[in-house]
Amino acid sequence: MSAKQTKRKSTATAVKHRAKKPAATAVKKEKKTAAKLIPIYIMGKRYEVPEGLTIMKAMEYAGYILIRGCGCRGGTCGACGTFYRKPGDYKLQVALACQKTVEPDMYIAQLPFFPANRATYDFAGLTAAPEEVFKLYPEMFRCVACNSCTKACPQGIEVMDAISALKQGNITEAAQLSFDCIQCGLCTSRCFGELAQYHMFQLARRIYGAKIVSRAEHLAEMVKAVDEGRYDRFLDELKEAKEDELKKLYQEREVEPLTAGEDWKPKDTTYL
Amino acid sequence: MSYLGYPDFFEPYIKKVEGTRSARVEKRKKGEEFPFMSLQERQEILKYHPDYKEEGRREIKVGPSKGYRIAHEFVDLLEARSRVDPDKVDLSRVDYETDVLVIGGGGAATVAAIIAEENGAQVLMGTKLRHGDSNTMMAEGGIQGASKREKDSPYYHYLDVMGGGHFKNDPNIVAAFVKQAPDALRWLESLGVMFSKSPDGRLGAMHGGGTCRKRMHYCADLSGMEIMRTVRDEARNRKNIKVLEFSPAVELLLNEQGQCAGAVLYNIETEEYLVARARAVILATGGAGRLHVQGFMTTNHYGATADGIVLGYRAGVPLSFLHTVQYHPTGVVFPEQIEGWLITERFRSEGSDILNVDGEKFVNEREPRDVEAARFIKECLDGKGVPTPTGRVGVWLDSPMLDILHGEGRVRTAFVGKWKVYDRLGIDISKAPMLVYPTLHYQNGGLKDNAECETVVPGLYVAGEVTGGLHGENRLMGNSLMDIVVFGRVAGRNAAVFAREKAKDGELTLKHVKAYLKELKEAGIKTDRVAPMLLPDYTPSEVKEKQLTVSYLGSLR
Repeated sequence: MSAKQTKRKSTATAVKHRAKKPAATAVKKEKKTAAKLIPIYIMGKRYEVPEGLTIMKAMEYAGYILIRGCGCRGGTCGACGTFYRKPGDYKLQVALACQKTVEPDMYIAQLPFFPANRATYDFAGLTAAPEEVFKLYPEMFRCVACNSCTKACPQGIEVMDAISALKQGNITEAAQLSFDCIQCGLCTSRCFGELAQYHMFQLARRIYGAKIVSRAEHLAEMVKAVDEGRYDRFLDELKEAKEDELKKLYQEREVEPLTAGEDWKPKDTTYL
Repeated sequence: MSYLGYPDFFEPYIKKVEGTRSARVEKRKKGEEFPFMSLQERQEILKYHPDYKEEGRREIKVGPSKGYRIAHEFVDLLEARSRVDPDKVDLSRVDYETDVLVIGGGGAATVAAIIAEENGAQVLMGTKLRHGDSNTMMAEGGIQGASKREKDSPYYHYLDVMGGGHFKNDPNIVAAFVKQAPDALRWLESLGVMFSKSPDGRLGAMHGGGTCRKRMHYCADLSGMEIMRTVRDEARNRKNIKVLEFSPAVELLLNEQGQCAGAVLYNIETEEYLVARARAVILATGGAGRLHVQGFMTTNHYGATADGIVLGYRAGVPLSFLHTVQYHPTGVVFPEQIEGWLITERFRSEGSDILNVDGEKFVNEREPRDVEAARFIKECLDGKGVPTPTGRVGVWLDSPMLDILHGEGRVRTAFVGKWKVYDRLGIDISKAPMLVYPTLHYQNGGLKDNAECETVVPGLYVAGEVTGGLHGENRLMGNSLMDIVVFGRVAGRNAAVFAREKAKDGELTLKHVKAYLKELKEAGIKTDRVAPMLLPDYTPSEVKEKQLTVSYLGSLR
């Protein structure tokens, strides 16, 4: 389950260029000796890397160019789900490679892709009936409530509880519990019942968002007003305004106070 | 070992902050402020702002915007060789045929693919990394669109967009944007995006910098992720959308009639170049934070390397507003796990000091953003920055002051999100300060287009961060997520119509690339640079020195 990570080198002319410039730089590419080196095992192979680096940066420090297993580098995209184990400890740990700092002697393997089952559906034609979800994902009932999924979640989501909610037809709870799911697939890789939890949650959230929560009536009214051409004349005026006029309108526009409540209304309603 | 959760390395530096803290708090309590700069002083300091730094940019010597001064990092890519020898690509062997080719895998690309498909087109998406890997996924704040008639309208949204962009924006693009924003919100709602709402369905809304009405709608603080994964899920349900992951475009293809008619794709894993023929092309490759303009760290995705700018420019599309890049003053420098992350301005408005390596104030913390950022940069250039063990530099944001000024627990309750993030990393920001530096956030400009997402090349449409015009010289918070939805839809629809009604059959050609390379040569540019970059280069030089048996150009083996 390893990433395709090729070792490559770059001519990096942009880097050479950068080196000539004044030191406004907050990014350094050179290996620094200031930090203490610690051993880590990338897919079983030992490398010495500076402490304090993330797993992802430690791999780059070691010389890997990441193609798989690297995405937003900010903990939201789910590309870099990682398993690791410490020597002498039976316990399998999970992390996002972009978030977790290396620890001495950790054994690391990434899971950049997992062949999870995803149902295809005509979303517009679905209703909020739980039976439709059951029909699309009947394997949901293979869940034996072992809780391995929850233990494998780097986001700390109560994955098993969300699946239980879904099994009980509570789409709302499944949607809310899973809201910050980054779809990394670590839960699925550990599932005894072979469920693809994160795809089921995606469906639950969409049904909740479109078919359970009330639609925004004020938004529909705005769309109608736009379609009827209510603002066309106002926008034409603005498009034709000279820069000075526009600046004046800008500076004089009424600003809704930060602390105003939903019932706040502007004095000038001409352009509403 | 650590000091307040930071490595020992920082102990002497943090102690300097602690040494001056009580005196600084006393001053605060007495209402003594560090003096604001005069307008003249601001102008002086702005010379340190990356956008104002003339040595940070140079003229492009070739192409449709020849003579335009933009950041070296962009020019380096524009004055670079193609990844392929145009003569070596066999254009008679077509690997993929489609109506609409979408280049990119983020929000704008996915929205465009869905709408093109709805308009009857067969769609092929070529994404560089996984489908969905993008800056869209990382957007936290929200999405702007006028939705409440009793207090807001596209008129006010227009004024705000223009004011943010220094009134330089393209009026037609802005007007189209604010007018279509409400329907874009409605569309997202119908796809099941979980907007934060009150029980009666009213959309939650807040202010963003430069808004006169609260129209920043949001999905908790994961707005971009929620929008991205929802539209991606919808795209996956559409049988006429095919996605080729890990297959970025490296050149656009034209046909004999001068229409855009496909692209050369690169299988980044097998290193094959493949020909994709299309009847219309949508370029939506996103931004450029990973160019680390002037060496800055970035909030951007791994794949934000300006590929689309290179492709479009070589095909003849001029640049627009690419001379401005957005920086946020307070991005995290350390810990590395959250490097580049934004720290909200509210820490400063509530009274946290900004401090140099001596624990001394050097700037009022509530100057305008560009001024504040420029002043931080100057302090660090003057050698007064705080170093990190990995060779970076920053200034302190003294958050623990807030607990003293406003009462114990203030940081933890008023800034719970950030507090938790740091807490997970072992740092309690109500006890220890945060190390920050300006961070590269957004590419304000890009390829020139119009309100219909058309470029000067017939059949080539653009959408999202790769374009320039909507945001003028400075984008407002919340307008980028709306940008990708509004103009993703426009591009998708228009490309499908073009493919059906206007596209002509004709032989594929890379003549424009050959002409561009010739122009480079004639301009006397000798370089081994290769573009598009595709992936940033984070390999240490020590490793490179030992890679003896192969030679590389860019990341091309």
